[in-house]
Amino acid sequence: MIRLEPRRQHSQKMVYLSPLLAILLTLITGAIIFAFMGKDPIEALYTFFIMPINNAYGVGELFVKATPLVIIAVGLAMGFRANVWNIGAEGQLTMGAIFGGGLALAFYDSESALLLPGMFVLAAIGGTFWAAIPAWLRTRFNANEILTSLMLTYVATLFLSYLVYGPWRNPEGFSFPESRAFPDAALLPIIYDGTRVHLGAIFALLIVAGGWVLLTKSVVGFQLRVVGQAPQAARHVGFRQKRMVWFTLLLSGALSGLAGMFEVAGPIGQLQPSISPGYGFTAIIVAFLGRLHPIGILFAGLVMALTYLGGELAQIGLGLPSAVTGLFQGILLFFLLACDVLTKYRVRFGTVSKSGETA
Amino acid sequence: MDWIVPFILTVITASTPLLLAATGELITEKSGVLNLGVEGMMLIGAIAGFAITASTGSATLGIFAAAIAGMVTALVFAFLTLTLMANQVATGLALTIFGVGISALVGSGFVGFAIEPLPALNIPVISDIPVIGPILFGQDFLVYFSIFMVLASGWFLTRTRAGLILKAVGDSHDSAHAIGYNVIRIRYMATLFGGAMSGLGGAYLSLAYTPMWAENMTAGRGWIALALVVFATWRPGRLLAGAYMFGCISVLQLHAQSAGINVPSQFMSMLPYLATVVVLVIISSDYTKIRLNAPACIGKAFRPAQ
Repeated sequence: MIRLEPRRQHSQKMVYLSPLLAILLTLITGAIIFAFMGKDPIEALYTFFIMPINNAYGVGELFVKATPLVIIAVGLAMGFRANVWNIGAEGQLTMGAIFGGGLALAFYDSESALLLPGMFVLAAIGGTFWAAIPAWLRTRFNANEILTSLMLTYVATLFLSYLVYGPWRNPEGFSFPESRAFPDAALLPIIYDGTRVHLGAIFALLIVAGGWVLLTKSVVGFQLRVVGQAPQAARHVGFRQKRMVWFTLLLSGALSGLAGMFEVAGPIGQLQPSISPGYGFTAIIVAFLGRLHPIGILFAGLVMALTYLGGELAQIGLGLPSAVTGLFQGILLFFLLACDVLTKYRVRFGTVSKSGETA
Repeated sequence: MDWIVPFILTVITASTPLLLAATGELITEKSGVLNLGVEGMMLIGAIAGFAITASTGSATLGIFAAAIAGMVTALVFAFLTLTLMANQVATGLALTIFGVGISALVGSGFVGFAIEPLPALNIPVISDIPVIGPILFGQDFLVYFSIFMVLASGWFLTRTRAGLILKAVGDSHDSAHAIGYNVIRIRYMATLFGGAMSGLGGAYLSLAYTPMWAENMTAGRGWIALALVVFATWRPGRLLAGAYMFGCISVLQLHAQSAGINVPSQFMSMLPYLATVVVLVIISSDYTKIRLNAPACIGKAFRPAQ
């Protein structure tokens, strides 16, 4: 029999080891799944995890995919620390893309250097606005932010679909459901020639640094941790939980909105019915894999970006549906949560005898 | 008034998956476990039911497969949250992400497959009675099963000893443990029941509602089912009413388009999601109702003292 024995203190070693262990277990499970589907496991794993990044362009794509994941996850992690569960980042991303992209479309023949900064501001406002709704409903009406933010994701996606099928459809677009291509002034500059790595990657690094300062060096970061870990104590010392709900939701909404605008002003270059392969949801896993810490999130973002690239190559090279990506992501989160038991408990094998000794 | 009977019939088919999944989640939550993976379990049930029906030709086997697949998925959740004490919110989300992925993977071989929709249990003579005949007696098995299960859950929770124990475990796991009940085992059973019901809810979508497989075909119904449990303030009677009200909203959306109401289809499609938000707000703001009925230990990990 397996028994769990509480540790006196959380094992710091295990906090860092459990993500690595989870990744290893996911790889093993992946190999088994591939074998089960009649693929050579080694070759399949190579196709999935190594081939995407064995050239400069591939590494660039890794940064392109990691950029939105890292930006969103830093915001979400702040909320998760305070037990605020923003599950609607995907919707906030969509709203950011709509607000920022809308400005680009309104000035579709502009060459102004102010266009891009304007899109930044509007995208952040769009994401913030969409996150403010669950924040208000939670603080004013006590409505569960998990369900409201998620429902609003469906609403945002449908709204985007309405825009690109309707009023914002490209008049010269041969009836494809997509907007005009953004003008050059509305596109993020490429920071490394020969790849698609854009200015957003620099922003992701700045946001990681900012998140780290906020979390470790500021009073707000301290309050976040207290509200999450000891809500009773937080009340006694007068930290207002409502304020934490507002702060974390608005922050993560603004960041998600920015990430959405980076996608449409970066790799996509226009508005389409689908602008994200679920970055808002994957960022939840990135936040956990990164231990809710900005630096960890940076690495976790790269790992999860790899699953997207691997999924694409698996589709072409192995004839697997791209949904394999989601499968790997789900399994990784399962293993991560399972391995986390090791930070709080020691695993003991054998039964307890009457005297309390392990047999 | 020719439209009334077809309208009610579509409302019933649209409500049944919600009712099945929400009844399962209600029992799970009553035991103190918050499983946010309903959407994932529904998808896995939908593809399991469809794949088995399509390859064996037997809808009965498909329905069993869906229930079992939902239970197996719930078992993963239960092991992580009850045995390993992982965070229930995060694990539920993982279950949904996993369910979307694995159902799409398995389902990729079944796109474009056609199956016979779940047959209605047409009882000769009485099914032919105008209006009430087809509505009351012309449904398929899962419709009757869903109504039976929600009523049975109500009876179970209020009238049986096992139901009282389940509620005790959900309200105070420490006291329940102290009087000698096996909290973990009871929660395992409630979670597995929730999984089986979610699996059936998914199967209803792929076998009866739209007899086909499409990626992500639940389209948020699992989340709406979760909201319905809150709406019902954890009471099965209100759950029945809520599920049928939601079925009504999602069907109105379809009928408004054919009736020529000139609103873009995307805005009509937003209705069920917006309705969910509105309903949640109305119910949640009534603090006493939530406080009186919500299981006090919901979402909290239990570790027996040694």
